[in-house]
Amino acid sequence: MFRLIGNRLLLLAPTIIGLSVLLFLWVRALPGGPATALLGDKATPEAVARVNEAYGFDRPILEQYFIYMGRILSGDFGNSLLTSRPVLEEFAARFPATLELTAFALLFAVGFGIPLGYWAARNVGRWQDQAAVLLSLMGVVVPVFFLAFILKWVFAVQLGWLPTDGRQDPRIDATHYTNFFVWDGMITGEYDAAWDALTHLVLPGVALGTIPLAIIARITRASVLEVQNADYVRTARAKGLAPRLIRNRFVMRNALLPVTTTLGLQLGLLISGAVLTETVFAFNGIGSFLWDAIFNLDFPVLQGFIIFIAVIYSLINLLVDVSYGLIDPRVRVS
Amino acid sequence: MSGMGDVRAEDERTPRVEPEPLLQIRDLQVDFTTMHGSVRAVEDASLSLEAGRTLAVVGESGSGKSTTAMAAIGLLAGNGKVTGGSIRFNGQDLVGLPESRMRDIRGRQIGLVPQDPMSNLNPVSRIGTQVAETLLTHRLATRRDVDARVVEVLEAAGIPEAGRRSRQYPHELSGGLRQRALIAVALACRPRLLIADEPTSALDVTVQQVILDQIEQMTQELGTAILLITHDLGLAAERAQDLVVMHRGKVVESGPAAQLLEDPQHPYTRSLVRAAPSVAAVRLAPEAFTGARGEDHPAPAQREGHPGARPLPDGGTAGALPASAPVRAEDGRGWGRGAGADTEPLVTITDLTKVYPVRGGDDFYAARNVSLEIPRGTTVSIVGESGSGKTTTARMLLRLIEPTSGSITFDGRDVLTLDRRELRDFRQRVQAVFQDPYSSLNPMFTVGRIIEEPLIAYKRGGARERRDRVVELMDQVALPSSMHRRYPAELSGGQRQRVAIARALALRPELIVCDEPVSALDVLVQDQILTLLGDLQQELGLSYLFISHDLAVVRLISDYVCVMKDGELVEAATSEEIFTNPRHAYTRRLLASIPGNELGIETGVA
Repeated sequence: MFRLIGNRLLLLAPTIIGLSVLLFLWVRALPGGPATALLGDKATPEAVARVNEAYGFDRPILEQYFIYMGRILSGDFGNSLLTSRPVLEEFAARFPATLELTAFALLFAVGFGIPLGYWAARNVGRWQDQAAVLLSLMGVVVPVFFLAFILKWVFAVQLGWLPTDGRQDPRIDATHYTNFFVWDGMITGEYDAAWDALTHLVLPGVALGTIPLAIIARITRASVLEVQNADYVRTARAKGLAPRLIRNRFVMRNALLPVTTTLGLQLGLLISGAVLTETVFAFNGIGSFLWDAIFNLDFPVLQGFIIFIAVIYSLINLLVDVSYGLIDPRVRVS
Repeated sequence: MSGMGDVRAEDERTPRVEPEPLLQIRDLQVDFTTMHGSVRAVEDASLSLEAGRTLAVVGESGSGKSTTAMAAIGLLAGNGKVTGGSIRFNGQDLVGLPESRMRDIRGRQIGLVPQDPMSNLNPVSRIGTQVAETLLTHRLATRRDVDARVVEVLEAAGIPEAGRRSRQYPHELSGGLRQRALIAVALACRPRLLIADEPTSALDVTVQQVILDQIEQMTQELGTAILLITHDLGLAAERAQDLVVMHRGKVVESGPAAQLLEDPQHPYTRSLVRAAPSVAAVRLAPEAFTGARGEDHPAPAQREGHPGARPLPDGGTAGALPASAPVRAEDGRGWGRGAGADTEPLVTITDLTKVYPVRGGDDFYAARNVSLEIPRGTTVSIVGESGSGKTTTARMLLRLIEPTSGSITFDGRDVLTLDRRELRDFRQRVQAVFQDPYSSLNPMFTVGRIIEEPLIAYKRGGARERRDRVVELMDQVALPSSMHRRYPAELSGGQRQRVAIARALALRPELIVCDEPVSALDVLVQDQILTLLGDLQQELGLSYLFISHDLAVVRLISDYVCVMKDGELVEAATSEEIFTNPRHAYTRRLLASIPGNELGIETGVA
């Protein structure tokens, strides 16, 4: 087990190095060079030269790379061009928001996807099944941002049931320790703030979680269909076991194995999917920050974000692999 | 090996006043709804089983034997339904009994030992849990004492170190142990009836016997009656007092086992008795094949002078082999070979070894110093249980895996040093037929295309010639040529295996490696395929390397037999020698494991 974790962490190193080389070259290939990106198109040659010297862009390329790598390794991704604050600090402030949103989306996707898939499988061939299949197909084909707009327009603008944007109603005076707003509200006892933060999560969370929900439902359905005809399920019935026990211990535990695998892949996609959703709902997380960075060529932020996502993605996959061993004794590493 | 008839359990709790048998099935009718309408799987089937006795239902796949058993325990597949008749068990009719009542009977009064121990245990649940479930459900244990009860039950099923095993998962156990665990599950609640649905078909022969003994011993102690479902007539005769023979959903004959085997009345039963290799092996000597070769061919006595296998390095079987006295095997077969070439064996394998390194452990020898010869025009069989190295040896000969050391020569050429062009030539002269005709044929190709495939791959002739050759090949394997447009899914197992043989014959090979070619087939079909292989050998002068776990089948087709165990060749001799005078203890054990071998039934239907 520990060997597996160690091996995977070691594999992370070449991934990060490869990625950093690409990012390094990309910044140097920006039109007009990084200095122009910093100063804008109308910068004077003198200003460009000054910036090049200040940032070291005039040194030999190999030397630049080593300086750049040295900074990354010490956790220095530079300052954001837009806010002039360190990139890492900006991330630390915004990441809890994105994590909160992603967790909500994931819970929504799992909480509804698995029952929907199970329900469809139990009613295979009947209208319930066909409805579930159609629903999950629609979930996959509707683009995230479009769904986000529709949800916002119907439930926030027209019906007024839920807030249109942001993370917290500005009229609520909430204390924030961790920047996980729901969590903060719970621990400070400001339950109205926690509830308000939760209502702000619903629409972006549903928009973000719909595609994973559809995929989870489809995989659950196929998996349950296969498992419920397995020999060991028949043997379980031959033992005279109660239907509920057969469903939980025999059908679902085995059917959820392939679902777990997709879950890990979905989680990585959720974080990138958060960019569009956060933008639509003006949700102040990493996603909307990144959106601004892209349009302003804030390359220190972009570089930092890409490496950050790579690390997170690898760690999540490691987590999934480890937990997979806990669920399925056959892949447990001895 | 006696059955259980004389040991009818004396169950003191239930005095024998009941006039009714424990299980009585009358005029049972089962229908399955399919996309093509309703299919009747069982029609007017009747049988009765008294408490403590054993009844075997014998039949081929599709005969309705399993369906009848599943109807008795109320576990028909979703689209199946009992549409007529009655199933009286212990005084009540199970047909139409509500599911909640059936649940109390299942596991508690009727236990089930399923066929495949690999797929019948929940892979994510510990063995102990799977036994505990049934005890707790039927309230025969409490949360507090269940662990101790589980260990007791596992021990009773003959599982060593039951405490440790109960904490293991199914994949950590061998097939034999898993089947014991399933027996423990089935008998944990001391049921009155045990349904054993092909309980040993997925196991090795030597394990088979131990498992059947275990079931017999346990049921005797508990006074449990057995409904044994099997395709193996020999096994049925050995274990059951009464037989019911089913064919196409109907009971064609029933009666006491010995009587039914010695004097079968129904033509189907007669053909079954005739074809069953385990019973027939005593009568059908290999001469049945060699004798059919024609008068101008060497008599069996002469053929024996041909070494099928060479002495082992340790001299283990050297004595079993007669001195080499090369005989021209066959003449005038039109393969354009020089006359002199015929005197040397087609294949010579010397000290063939395959080692798989094991990380942090001893190397695993899949095959160790295997030496054998395949004389031209003969059949050499390798017999062994799973893991014996028989398939590894065959694959090395086919050059599908590279040996670690040793040599293989084919027609005087070293197979292991062939260059690309020579290998291409070799691949055309050596063909293979595999075990499972369901998965070894491309499901997207028609039969004609499958047979034509090797001709296309090796650019033999134009489209027209190839088509003619396909028709000729289909004729040789007795498939109607109208079938060439069909897909494998539309064919029966036997027909598929004929297609596989036709494909193997397409390039006019000299050697065909048959890896368990009949073990997935029903007895009657097995017999047909073996006869076909024999006929083709006689007609085309083929040599076979025949891989099998089934000694009874091997006896029907082989000239020479090599017995393998744990990667090593333990005995090699002519087929006659092996079967009449086995020297190695393991060979004797294998022979003794053939069900029905010691019944000594002299049937009058040969």
